[in-house]
Amino acid sequence: MEQILNDLVLSPAWYYTAARGLLVIVVLMSIAAYSVLLERKASAWIQGRVGPNRTSHPVIAWIPFLGTFLMKGGFIQPAADGLKFLFKEDALPGHVRKITYILAPCVALAPALIALVMLPFGELPNGKIITLCPGADVGVLFMFAISSLGVYGIALAGWSANSKYPFLGAVRGSAQLISYELAMGLSVLTVFLATATPQENNALSLVSMVKAQTGIWNVFVHPIAALIFLICIFAEANRHPFDMPESETDLVGGFHTEYGAFKFGLFFVAEYSHMVIGSSLFILMFLGGWHILPWVPTIGTGVVASLLGLAAFFIKLAAFLFFFVWVRWTVPRFRYDQVMRIGWRVLLPIAVANLIVYFLWYAFKG
Amino acid sequence: MAIKVVQRRPLSLAERTYLPQILAGLKVTWDNLRRPPVTLQYPDERPTIPQGYRGVPTLVRDPHGREKCVSCQLCEFVCPPKAIRITPGEISETAENTHVEKAPKEFEINMLRCIYCGLCQEVCPEEAIWLQNQYSMTGRTREEMVNNKAKLYELGGTLPDSHYKWDKKKAEAEKQKHAHH
Repeated sequence: MEQILNDLVLSPAWYYTAARGLLVIVVLMSIAAYSVLLERKASAWIQGRVGPNRTSHPVIAWIPFLGTFLMKGGFIQPAADGLKFLFKEDALPGHVRKITYILAPCVALAPALIALVMLPFGELPNGKIITLCPGADVGVLFMFAISSLGVYGIALAGWSANSKYPFLGAVRGSAQLISYELAMGLSVLTVFLATATPQENNALSLVSMVKAQTGIWNVFVHPIAALIFLICIFAEANRHPFDMPESETDLVGGFHTEYGAFKFGLFFVAEYSHMVIGSSLFILMFLGGWHILPWVPTIGTGVVASLLGLAAFFIKLAAFLFFFVWVRWTVPRFRYDQVMRIGWRVLLPIAVANLIVYFLWYAFKG
Repeated sequence: MAIKVVQRRPLSLAERTYLPQILAGLKVTWDNLRRPPVTLQYPDERPTIPQGYRGVPTLVRDPHGREKCVSCQLCEFVCPPKAIRITPGEISETAENTHVEKAPKEFEINMLRCIYCGLCQEVCPEEAIWLQNQYSMTGRTREEMVNNKAKLYELGGTLPDSHYKWDKKKAEAEKQKHAHH
């Protein structure tokens, strides 16, 4: 007992880990919250509107210029939205299967948070990687395995809601995930075939993937794999034009039709977290991770270099999240059968062909 | 007439991949994004009301301050949703405009019924009822949403008059009277 107490509670390493975990969760949550703001603002700009520009707090409004800027930019809006979700009446409909109904939002959000453990964000001057779980060799495999579990939340939500639209949404979501996972895995395989060397034992690590992109980014070497992966992360994150489980025009709200208040908020955060994870994966695998420019691997030395690298990663992330939003307000939703056809009859054959071509290329090149 | 055959060519490979169309669409939305917003920040900025706008119906006076309505009740009869209710009244013998003979004792327009069709303005032989530029009408009770005579004249104010119908009639009558004597 005393040993457990010493190991778990009093050990400084435990606090260090907990603090790091908390920091990343807070950062992810705020990125998710502010990507909602980005979504609202960007959609407003695209549609010739202004977007949220009223929400403020008396104390913030009192600050001379910053207060006005924060209000006009809508920066207080996510906090107001979050508070609204928190304080709304948390209704429990009579016709739902209660245990799974309550469990589903947690099941949807948890994989998003767990997958984040493996994300590397940058490199410290001493060569250590800024991540929650350093030194894991299986990086990308783990992330795919875990982030695909997110669909269990959707399936559970659709089933437990005990009503037809959520059920249809859940069925579509599951089918879509299975269809696109294959093409996604094959496109990733192509890239890892190129970068991983037999001598290394961390073949599937995202860190070695980023290091392999010093000089030239993968997106220039593997454009087809990049395109397939890009389409697949849109499908995986259930974003337009592949938002099959939600498709609000034909399924009301899809899997979250019967949800409200904070439980709906959890689904919301989960969706945006999947966006963040998908974008991060694309950046790490194809856009050079924390390298600043394609042919300029590092600028400066030591702390400056790592700070610039960190900034480069987050700027790329922000740009990619904007791209998600931009595509959403451009491309209309595909019909369900079109989604299936694109997945099975277009993306999968192209991914296989792409893999075989690279395979032969490396085989003959030696 | 010559028959024109419409070419129905199959989609090209580039078209079937969707990608050029998606890129073109992204360009369209990007161009839209860079345009300034068209939103009016409503309570802070008010729209400019164009000429001939059909807002809240009001009663107007002529430039001499005479109330133009003679309570003929045409507007009440023509009003499709039956929003207007007029109680006709006599003008007293001693008043200066006694030759007009009638004026409304009470004039009520129920704005919960009004559909802003403008038929009352169209039918009015005296040009006394006008749909003017007030576009927002609020109240906390149903009673508040009924505009009475005082409110209607307050909203309407004075409009320029090119006829002075009753002044002319009075002048005509006096001329006739002098001619007979």
